[in-house]
Amino acid sequence: MQAPLLKVENLTMKFGNLLANDDVSFEVAKGQIVALIGPNGAGKTTCFSCLSGFYTPTSGKVTFDGHNTTKLKPYDNCRLGIARTFQVVKTMGELTVEENVMIGAFLRHPDIPTARRKAAEALEMTGLKHVSDRLGKSLTIADRKRLEITRAVATEPKLLMLDETMAGLNPTETKEAMELCLKLRGQGITLIVVEHVMEAIMPISDKVIVLDSGKKIAEGAPCDIVKDEAVIKAYLGDDYNAKC
Amino acid sequence: MLFLLPQMVASGLMLGFVYALVAVGLSLIWGVMDIINFAYGEFLMLGMYSTFWFFTLFRMDPLLSLPIQAMVVFMIGFLVYKLLIKRVVDVPGLSALLATFGLRIFFRNLAQFLWTPNYRFINESFVADKRVFLFDGALILGMPQLVAGIGSILMTLAVFYFVQRTRMGRAIQATSMDKEAARLMGIDTEKVYSFTFGLAGACVGVAAALLASFYPIYPESGSIFGLIALVIVALGGFGNIRGALYSGVIIGLTESIGGFFLGAEFKYALIFLIYLIVMQVRPKGLFGW
Amino acid sequence: MDNRWKRQRNLLWAAVVAIGVLPLLTRNVNLQHVLILFVMYAGLGEAWNIVTGLAGQTSFGHSAFFGIGAYAAAVAYWKYGASPWIGMAVGSFAAAALAFVISYPVFRLEGKYFSIATLAFGEIMMQLFKSWDYVDGATGIIIPVAPASLVNFQFHGEKIPYFYIVFAMFILALAAFVAVERSRFGMYLKAIKNNQDAAMSLGINPAKYKLLAMVSSAALTALFGSFYAQYILYIDPFMVFSLDLSLKIVLLTVLGGLGSVWGPILGAALLIPLSEYTRIALGGTGKGIDLMVFGLLIMIVTSFQPKGIIGLLGKRQPNLKGGASKDASTAA
Repeated sequence: MQAPLLKVENLTMKFGNLLANDDVSFEVAKGQIVALIGPNGAGKTTCFSCLSGFYTPTSGKVTFDGHNTTKLKPYDNCRLGIARTFQVVKTMGELTVEENVMIGAFLRHPDIPTARRKAAEALEMTGLKHVSDRLGKSLTIADRKRLEITRAVATEPKLLMLDETMAGLNPTETKEAMELCLKLRGQGITLIVVEHVMEAIMPISDKVIVLDSGKKIAEGAPCDIVKDEAVIKAYLGDDYNAKC
Repeated sequence: MLFLLPQMVASGLMLGFVYALVAVGLSLIWGVMDIINFAYGEFLMLGMYSTFWFFTLFRMDPLLSLPIQAMVVFMIGFLVYKLLIKRVVDVPGLSALLATFGLRIFFRNLAQFLWTPNYRFINESFVADKRVFLFDGALILGMPQLVAGIGSILMTLAVFYFVQRTRMGRAIQATSMDKEAARLMGIDTEKVYSFTFGLAGACVGVAAALLASFYPIYPESGSIFGLIALVIVALGGFGNIRGALYSGVIIGLTESIGGFFLGAEFKYALIFLIYLIVMQVRPKGLFGW
Repeated sequence: MDNRWKRQRNLLWAAVVAIGVLPLLTRNVNLQHVLILFVMYAGLGEAWNIVTGLAGQTSFGHSAFFGIGAYAAAVAYWKYGASPWIGMAVGSFAAAALAFVISYPVFRLEGKYFSIATLAFGEIMMQLFKSWDYVDGATGIIIPVAPASLVNFQFHGEKIPYFYIVFAMFILALAAFVAVERSRFGMYLKAIKNNQDAAMSLGINPAKYKLLAMVSSAALTALFGSFYAQYILYIDPFMVFSLDLSLKIVLLTVLGGLGSVWGPILGAALLIPLSEYTRIALGGTGKGIDLMVFGLLIMIVTSFQPKGIIGLLGKRQPNLKGGASKDASTAA
């Protein structure tokens, strides 16, 4: 059996006395779409920040694609193939949409003409080509989220971590976002998605990991997770009806 | 050598209190209006000249004219705000700071024009040439320095009290925390700005009156104080006036002790170096967040 | 986008040629002197703009690099009889090395803390040189007169050779700014300035690029310092390491338009004639009236045009509704 693309072992992140991630372990296989869910404050974004290198974990080990990336910085991780988006979009406001994506494309294609071409391709795929010349700060939130994904995709990652990209989208936009995730997976990118919008993420996930108060409380197929007592109690609530 | 340490600490402390007073005024401007005031040292210089002329023309001892100097430099600060700073205060970018740069050049040369570059001294004040012997003579402090230190800390505490307890003081705090919210609460930010500039002037006016007893007075005399105040405010953490007080004292001690061991010509370099080093360990200032 | 650049580039060429020809059109020594200073300060602004306009962190300490260049050139001839050009090379290298060393610790700081750190750094240089016997401390250095020649970097009464030397430096600084701005390096700097976290997540190491910006800026700035020493033939720590010099560079660039290649040119074109003519007209008495007026003028100009001359010329403003508009500061 192939080694997992990402292996997280006993990840613990402490801020002073606050235990944001408590002994979290899981694996992600190549080509999967993995959902990371849980109530607010569960430690999902902290987990992303640890995996991408914005935080150095207090203890634990992260292995990505055979490399020990536990202590690496975000730019080194990106080079290895880990990309992420941010919960609060970090658009480069004074750059155009095209320039935003080019910044990502530069990683693998340092010369400007090629980067521009690759950026155009990425924008085509995510459906933002028509706003290429607009300034980042002039976009709607939904488009900014898409821009952030496009930018991350331009770095040609192996693993893409999406942080609440579907929050605040209307049903049409949500459907488009789900299709985009599937399209990305189709291109060989493994996804870890943090979401609160269950209807969006359950149907497309291969596996769901549930965090609560820093700990992992469940892991499994979507249909099993929604029936899990602990998950229902901590997060989903009795009223949630998944189509399984 | 070390037996001199208490001596150095004592004089460093007194100096530190004066620095702290100057820094507190600057910190208020920075905190409330987010402006680096490059002309601040020149306010001090003008206060010192004012003290000198009150002494020379009216035979008024600096300590006596101290309240007057506080008011004089308050007015200078207030007017500078109304005539200049007001136009640039909420403009994003470096305009405000550069406007104070122009002011600095203007004031320095105004002083030179009016009063020549010659050094002036107040040599017959009440405290001049007196010394205080503490701990059975183990500690000797010049009276002017002692008075300057005590006067400064008293004024600093008065400013703290003002900011904590009075309406205007609380308006100042509110505006420095969140200008928009303060406005929404009905605070007249224009009034707060102009008053703050004046208050900062008053701080420096008091410091000027205290320093004039023993410091030479000339057009560039305020410049180094202004620079050190900038460093102290940054060291203490942006907008944190208590931080400015503590850092002022630390810098005073650094200058006194460092100056002794490294030589007087390196004491200022040391101060700036300390800033660089400390910021490595605490990038938002010693007491910043 | 490339048509705009072509137009912009042609305009730049035209301006450069025009400036280059100006000193030949007059015999007035004062005017030639003003042109020399104009070009020097414009060049200093271009170099400074790499760090502040592009990388987005305001430096108040560039006089440190200027002073190193000045002293290196002066000491080379004064102490060792070597050509000031050698001193200039050493100075530029030393400034770059210094920038390299302080870059990492200083760029860790944000915003105003960074700016104060650069100011502190400039002041440290002044204080150190003030007390350093090797360079005669506070007395400064009077560069001995040498036979006029290019090697000796002295031309006595002739202003024209001085002009073309500093003009060449100006072109170098200008070219450096433009090259950076239009390259991946420049775009990375803009990305870092806009959102450092996002930039890091895209594979950019901010410290590395900021360091590069600082080092190149420092090396260029030092060149002008060396020129200045040879032009004036007297330097002391208070002149070449002064905060006022650093702030003058800030002032003229901001006046002209921060982050734009035209900024330093326009700003210097406004500021330098202002400062020199007030000095010529009013400075004679030695009472400081000229500087009083200069200070007043600075106050007036900064209060009335916060966006700089570039803002006045009103390039297309950011358009929030869409359409192909670009903000002036992102234009090449």
